[in-house]
Amino acid sequence: MSTCGLHCLKINHITVRVGGQPLVEDVSLHAHCGEITAFIGRNGAGKSTLFKAILGELSHEGEVVFSGHDGIPAKKKPRIGYVPQSLNIDPGTPATVLDLAVTYTSRWPAFLPIPRRLRREIEAHFAKFNAAGLLDKPAGRLSGGELQRVLLAIATRPHPDMLILDEPVSGVDESGLQQVYALLEQLRLEDMVILLISHDLQYVRRHADRVVLLDRKVLAKGSPADVFASEAFRTAFPMGGDRHE
Amino acid sequence: MSELFSWWQYEFMRVALGAVVLLVPLLALLGTLVVNNRMSFFSDALGHSALTGVAIGVVAGVSDYRWVMLVFAVVFALLMNRIRRSRLASTDTVIGVFSSVGVALGLTLLSRNGNLANYQSLLVGDVLSITRGELWLLAVALMGTVAVWLVCFNGFHAVSVSPSIARSKGIPVGLMDNLFVVLVAVVVMLAIRWVGLLLINAMLILPAAASRNVARSMRSFHVLAVVFGLFAGVLGLTLSYYNGVATGPTIILVLAAVFFGTFLLRKR
Repeated sequence: MSTCGLHCLKINHITVRVGGQPLVEDVSLHAHCGEITAFIGRNGAGKSTLFKAILGELSHEGEVVFSGHDGIPAKKKPRIGYVPQSLNIDPGTPATVLDLAVTYTSRWPAFLPIPRRLRREIEAHFAKFNAAGLLDKPAGRLSGGELQRVLLAIATRPHPDMLILDEPVSGVDESGLQQVYALLEQLRLEDMVILLISHDLQYVRRHADRVVLLDRKVLAKGSPADVFASEAFRTAFPMGGDRHE
Repeated sequence: MSELFSWWQYEFMRVALGAVVLLVPLLALLGTLVVNNRMSFFSDALGHSALTGVAIGVVAGVSDYRWVMLVFAVVFALLMNRIRRSRLASTDTVIGVFSSVGVALGLTLLSRNGNLANYQSLLVGDVLSITRGELWLLAVALMGTVAVWLVCFNGFHAVSVSPSIARSKGIPVGLMDNLFVVLVAVVVMLAIRWVGLLLINAMLILPAAASRNVARSMRSFHVLAVVFGLFAGVLGLTLSYYNGVATGPTIILVLAAVFFGTFLLRKR
């Protein structure tokens, strides 16, 4: 088991209402460091909404708590890495991938000449994501898979306590997805809580440590084997383990 | 050759050159993110709000209406930004409404007693009217903007690309968003008396828009915007002197020529 400082994410009775209607209702769960917790469910089940509540972007009832090994809530604010489901970067923007990386992961003003040392550091980090070669590319001209890798690299610099990844529904081809999954396997070893919204049930069955089946409320949660064997899963996914719901 | 620089003997032209060299890069710098954030309509509406600001000052009997104009523009910008963010209506509609109200309310108030013609300078401005003392004000504004840029550029840019990722990185999204529009409001209100509200937005947008046609990174985007602005400023001032035409509009025409030139060269 890992030994990170912020050991556990506890989500207690989260409800998100928009216009009085609950999009997410009374969701409680624990996610642990060094584990991948996968969220599955039909489109519109409230998965992305729940993630935005955890990020603090949407107001919600209930609480999100990080705690250490002892179960006592952590004092310092957790570092969060977030990879959104989609990002429409203006194709005409002059910003390069390096500019984005400097903007989000350093204090150096991105409009000034970038010091060699900073570039080397970013290059070394991006190399882990097979994205060092993309640094000088215009940020608005990346393919879906390239953008995913770039966003993942940005999300993990500096090393986050929690990585939140909202997998794109479309725009990333199969090999691109497999690359992202392989990277997640590496990141899992680096002591972070990983929350993943996935549409790839095969992947979830094989690699997730915990699975949460969501449809506004939590319909089932636990190990992949338990959740995939549940009645709620069979109702939600009558086709079984096909990649797309 | 000496003929070409004969304008140098006039104090007002030397001061005007100083004004152009300070004012155009200041607006060009701000313009980079206005253009990148697709906010040119927003800044245009902001310029129009100057009319109402001045009108309120005049009606309230304030002797130096510039302060009223400034405060009003800041409030106007924050309010417009808030509605823009709330997504209650489409952005361009909201800004269009604000812009029209800014102009209509200003014109209504200023036209009382048939005094509208007194405020014509607000519409067209005059770079040549700047004084030596006001150059210092511009220099301070330029330094202040550069300082804000050094500290806040990454925040501004991060929020413009993705507010969600910015928030996850601990960047105060709302503060950055509002700080940027307040900065634009302050600079636009400062510059408007020399450029005029009809042309202020062009001077803000054109250098960055031209630069965006050819820039390949955030660095070249900034450098080229400032270089294009300076080039057009100095050339426009010289051309306006020899042709006996207004300086501000001449600078804008040169900037427009640079824009169309770079448009043909644009990276594709």
